[in-house]
Amino acid sequence: MVALERPSVSDSLLRVSQLLTHQRGPFDLSIDTGECVSLRGPSGSGKSLLLRAIADLDPHQGEVWLDGVACEQIPAPQWRRQVALLPVESQWWLDEVGAHFPDENCPWLAPLGFSEAALGWQVSRLSSGEKQRLALARALMNRPRVLLLDEPTASLDETSATALETVVAEYRHENNAAALWVSHSATQAARVATRHYQLTPQGVQEGEA
Amino acid sequence: MITLSVFDLSLAALLVLILAGLSWHMRLGLERSLLIATLRMVVQLSLIGLVLKTVFATTGLLWVSLMAMVMLLAAGYEVMARQQRRLKGWWGYGLGTGAMFISSFAVTVLALFTMIGNQPWYEPQYAIPLLGMMLGNTMSGIALALDRLTQTAWQQRALIEQRLMLGQTRTEAIDEIRREAMRSGMMHIINAMAAAGIVSLPGMMTGQILAGAPPMEAVKYQILIMFLIAAGTGFGVTAALWLASRRLFDERHRLRLDVLSAPRP
Repeated sequence: MVALERPSVSDSLLRVSQLLTHQRGPFDLSIDTGECVSLRGPSGSGKSLLLRAIADLDPHQGEVWLDGVACEQIPAPQWRRQVALLPVESQWWLDEVGAHFPDENCPWLAPLGFSEAALGWQVSRLSSGEKQRLALARALMNRPRVLLLDEPTASLDETSATALETVVAEYRHENNAAALWVSHSATQAARVATRHYQLTPQGVQEGEA
Repeated sequence: MITLSVFDLSLAALLVLILAGLSWHMRLGLERSLLIATLRMVVQLSLIGLVLKTVFATTGLLWVSLMAMVMLLAAGYEVMARQQRRLKGWWGYGLGTGAMFISSFAVTVLALFTMIGNQPWYEPQYAIPLLGMMLGNTMSGIALALDRLTQTAWQQRALIEQRLMLGQTRTEAIDEIRREAMRSGMMHIINAMAAAGIVSLPGMMTGQILAGAPPMEAVKYQILIMFLIAAGTGFGVTAALWLASRRLFDERHRLRLDVLSAPRP
């Protein structure tokens, strides 16, 4: 049985300790309440795999705590509602956008540049940028405590990217939520995050943006 | 009943030979597999004729069970062999076999006890053909449904995982795929029932009529068989899909496609 005591760093909202996944790691990191931390690293270094393991989508060793509660103490679906992973490419399984939302009351549509009518749109006609922004709105409907954002502005123009950055920042402030932001741009990392992680073969290292 | 002579059969076999010759002449490349399948069919059916002759003569429960077991295991192997991506290890064979055991066997035994009510209930002349028809149909249904489930899960991996990311349970995340698989497993028997009597005369009924049975008696038997096949296929497919879709996930609701083997070349 793994030790499940509350970690010593008491105010960290998400804490990852000795995480091993797909022969990578061990990774250690922690994110405080309300904080946004960037994660950068060369492609293939395992950024997406790390996010998947934190969201408990892949088998892994090591521990992840949310607010002092170990991942395996919470049913997996509930964990993923609180630790939301936004993948690079979002998937939609029904015809209409709105059918993927639990209800029609989505406060993030307007700030992301959509009208209410967007919920009636056909998924097949969405551009990749629209999909990316709507996927964020959909993920926020679960009111997650931690956002794991995998290059969330990869297919967005500058205006939409700024809108998305603002929505994430406001959501964090209003809900005391944290974010781990994978970005390939140092400028964006410096803009959105207050602390910066670098993924190296030796593990996660804190450093400059 | 008019018995067929070797000459009658040879005459019919000549038609297949002509077809093979045509295929060779037109370079269709079918002649080899056509002739092998034809030969297999003749040998297998002749052998089973001999086996049935012996088993019918004994009417011992032991022999009937043994025969039934061999049929079940062969059907289980067929289900496994028809999967593009089968479950690894014991599951690949056990899943389909188990599902057929609980559906085909249960329904056949029920029918023998209650509806046919023969003495003894396991009299091979009724038990073996009945089980054979049940297994043959459940086998196709289960094989189709499982293949559909695993193939679709493989192709739609990103989609299933997206649903998991949004907090859906493993049951919710695979629900549509499982329903699709259920539909494709049941399609055959539903079509067969809908077409029976209008488009096609079912084989068993035709056989009974050829053997001289009164048409209404043959029809009643055929209706009974159709009911049993529909129920057996439905229960078997449901059980197989439930087990397989459980197996595709682990206890932390993660999609584990590593339980599937690589497709055959």
